[in-house]
Amino acid sequence: MGTTLAEKLWASHLVRQGEDGAPDLIYIDLHMCHEVTSPQAFEGLRLAGRQVRRPDLTIATEDHNTPTLDIDKPIADLTSRTQIDTLRNNAKEFGIRLHSLGDADQGVVHVVGPQLGLTMPGMTVVCGDSHTSTHGAFGALAFGIGTSEVEHVLATQTLPLKPFKTMAINVNGELPEGTTAKDIILAVIAKIGTGGGQGYVLEYRGEAIKSLSMEARMTVCNMSIEAGARAGLIAPDETTFEYVKGRPHAPEGADWDAAVENWKGLVTDEDATFDTEVTLEASDLEPFVTWGTNPGQGLPLSANVPNPEDIADADQREAAENALKYMGLTPGQPLRTLDIDTVFLGSCTNGRIEDLRAAAEIIQGRTKAPNTRFLVVPGSARVRLQAEAEGLDKVFIDFGAEWRNAGCSMCLGMNPDQLKPEERSASTSNRNFEGRQGKGGRTHLVSPLVAAATAVRGTLSSPADLEDADVLVGASA
Amino acid sequence: MEKFTTHTGAGVPLRRSNVDTDQIIPAVYLKRVTRTGFEDALFAAWRGDENFILNQEAYKNGTVLVTGPDFGTGSSREHAVWALKDYGFKVVIASRFADIFRGNSGKQGLLAAVVEQSDIELLWKALEAEPGKELTVSLEDRTVTCGDITVSFEVDDYVRWRLMEGLDDIGLTLKHEEDITAFEGTRDAWRPKTLPAKTEPKEHIEAARPVN
Ligand code: SF4
Repeated sequence: MGTTLAEKLWASHLVRQGEDGAPDLIYIDLHMCHEVTSPQAFEGLRLAGRQVRRPDLTIATEDHNTPTLDIDKPIADLTSRTQIDTLRNNAKEFGIRLHSLGDADQGVVHVVGPQLGLTMPGMTVVCGDSHTSTHGAFGALAFGIGTSEVEHVLATQTLPLKPFKTMAINVNGELPEGTTAKDIILAVIAKIGTGGGQGYVLEYRGEAIKSLSMEARMTVCNMSIEAGARAGLIAPDETTFEYVKGRPHAPEGADWDAAVENWKGLVTDEDATFDTEVTLEASDLEPFVTWGTNPGQGLPLSANVPNPEDIADADQREAAENALKYMGLTPGQPLRTLDIDTVFLGSCTNGRIEDLRAAAEIIQGRTKAPNTRFLVVPGSARVRLQAEAEGLDKVFIDFGAEWRNAGCSMCLGMNPDQLKPEERSASTSNRNFEGRQGKGGRTHLVSPLVAAATAVRGTLSSPADLEDADVLVGASA
Repeated sequence: MEKFTTHTGAGVPLRRSNVDTDQIIPAVYLKRVTRTGFEDALFAAWRGDENFILNQEAYKNGTVLVTGPDFGTGSSREHAVWALKDYGFKVVIASRFADIFRGNSGKQGLLAAVVEQSDIELLWKALEAEPGKELTVSLEDRTVTCGDITVSFEVDDYVRWRLMEGLDDIGLTLKHEEDITAFEGTRDAWRPKTLPAKTEPKEHIEAARPVN
């Protein structure tokens, strides 16, 4: 019987098979660190008198805490500054490559790895951050780990792990105009639930996935964790190879040929079986938004706020009631009529250049809704530079958006970019948990297209909504 | 990690169930960047109450916590285990633990021993009747002895073996260092390295400024 891609990746990184109930030992090809989950791991090494085994397979960047304004001044928040200083000291002491604030390669760790060409097919990638699943888009086994595990990888470049189960997510057909990778993954999570992926590695397959760009595939894999899964995967193909080729760390010459040869074998065999399969028709999809306080509470934008009384399951009904209370919503309200205070375009889900381009194209020549704030935070400093080279910064600024420096920013509100209590956001990030974007803040997860259209109209909107009452002044949208 | 075969120390009867990790260590302490020195954070919200058990002279130096069911639920923070260890606890005894807490304890050398609730009641009574009374926990025999009471406990075989050998996960993995080195010898040349660093040209990043 054949094997799945996930199983192939596991087998090719098996250092030692576990015996007598012990887990397998898996080799890690790339370990990425950031300031929040690494300090105790380095301290643990120091307490035990251990070294980092492979500094040459480790990289660090500053992202979670960093300000997106005045980055040339000392960080005002003391805790943030301490965490960042600690990372800088640890990187120096243990010989780890660090891209600091102000460096062109600084940015959200999951944007930086792929952009440097450090993420490739066939690898194992870990980071003390749950959205490490992003890198699965390359056909790499990539997952988030806790601080003890960070220390374990630093010391041994391996992890003791029990095998995952496998789930195929088949997305057939073609995406309709105006829908994106973000809508696929929000629909997947709404379908299988926030716990549906628990214990699984999800492999996304089907025509709709095949036709996505590399960046869009990252958006899909990024949110696998929101379905409870440890990792998401997409088999590598020409799109993948094309993306990797020529990046700073991409293999060259004979190494490139050997790599591609290897990568072509990274597919699930025809006769392999998954533990579970789920199927979705892309043509049924519409722009999706969340109405509640977990990423599984999502609906098409054309829907109304649900009525908890219609939900049969008692736990889910209660969750919906609580969510509506927190979100300040009434059952039956059309989602399209919700006034949005802040639009956030950014994060490791949707802070890449294609996301910025897509949003810029929609707002170009239009005017921002007067009461809506639009925060644009590139996923990395390189993305910012690239956008500036293409003149996108001007499009955003002319529209009335705030053009910021790179980082996690309002995705988790660890820096000053936060919602105020009861403020409502349309956010391209990945978590709409209570208080995630600021105490009392209300988050609706959306695609970059919906984010941009919302910034124009001031209420949750899709690009199609702009076409009727068009206020086009300049270039075409 | 120190080897754990038996431990004898004062027992602390904490008559509460569902002690979640927020109660073990409140979130404000998570901002620290150190791994040690969390003793002041342990049960921080309760320590302000002078009647709280750890504020009583006889229990102050306790090393074995005997508590109610569902200990360690809630967030997965490893700080909960660090705080218990830093305070001086070597063993936590309860009839049920949250999975992640139990996993984290095993990794850090804190024994989470599962004892029937009826036996917990016996231990509580004995410890309250004679504050400061010592317990002996034998990992070898999987028993807890308090005066003339002896009860047995459950612990995962693999975790037990590791604690008795004094092996943390890292120590254990490093026993197989030869396997790791051998594996490294077979890695393909195309697999990327972060060092020496390769990037696009260095470029100046303009600092964004507040609008208005
Ligand atoms: S952008 Fe958000 S989800 Fe991504 S790493 Fe940062 S905080 Fe985590």
